[in-house]
Amino acid sequence: MKNRKRPGISMIQSLNDSMKKAFPILGVLTAILLSYALYQALVVAPTEKTMGDVQRIFYYHVPSAWTAFILFFINFGASVVYLIKRNPAADIVALVCAEVGVVFCTVVLITGPIWARPVWGIWWTWDMRLTSTLVLWLIYVSYLFLRRFSSGGQTPTLAAALAVLGALCVPFVYFSIWFFRTQHPQPVMGGGGSIDPRMLHALLINWLAFSCFAFLVCWSRYRLETLQREVDQSHALQSLLDPREGAR
Amino acid sequence: MTANPYLVAAYAVTWIIHIAYISTIVSRYSRLKREIAELNKKNRS
Repeated sequence: MKNRKRPGISMIQSLNDSMKKAFPILGVLTAILLSYALYQALVVAPTEKTMGDVQRIFYYHVPSAWTAFILFFINFGASVVYLIKRNPAADIVALVCAEVGVVFCTVVLITGPIWARPVWGIWWTWDMRLTSTLVLWLIYVSYLFLRRFSSGGQTPTLAAALAVLGALCVPFVYFSIWFFRTQHPQPVMGGGGSIDPRMLHALLINWLAFSCFAFLVCWSRYRLETLQREVDQSHALQSLLDPREGAR
Repeated sequence: MTANPYLVAAYAVTWIIHIAYISTIVSRYSRLKREIAELNKKNRS
């Protein structure tokens, strides 16, 4: 019988091979971009009149939130693909995006209160945007706990179902400031307000830099997960061939 | 621009979180490398 390759897997495999060579170059380029973005945020962007320098937290807080949302959406797409096709590569992509997304969401949840303390006078308030972001973070942390501590064969399916439900929370978090009266500032894009072009430039450069950084981290994590699964399979095979080995 | 302590804290925390996560990936890689070396040794013997 011919060994047919699935197109999705072979595409990821070829991307994997070409990325191996490109990784060091992309790593250096991302480091340069992150440094340039930091320069834009701290030096080039003008100081905000009412908040002062503390407003510059926005250049890390907002791009981190956007990056987390994108990663959660990729997690959603990969989970749907996994539920339909049972493609293991899609399962790995979903896991990786959830993990890196949680890291970025953690940055959002910590930098937000650091900004709020001098501006609002409080670290935290149970307003809709803040609370829904915390709930979103908890959903994806529970997704990771499920992946980490459940060893049954149904784990990827259960996790994919949880991810599909979790993704519904993402648009709710984003649009919560339109639907509810909250203390959180209005969105930069489509919020009706205006922003200095230099501030917008610094914001977009930081978003681009964090997106490139997230892509590289996701790729490293994808490689690690693929290797880990291959090693686990080898262990399982070895314990089948030599049962004494498996009993140890 | 002055060194606002909240600004410094926010930027520092961001990089601490990212570096901590990357170091967990690096440590998992090195553990896996050891496992692969052990597997290869067993397969040879």
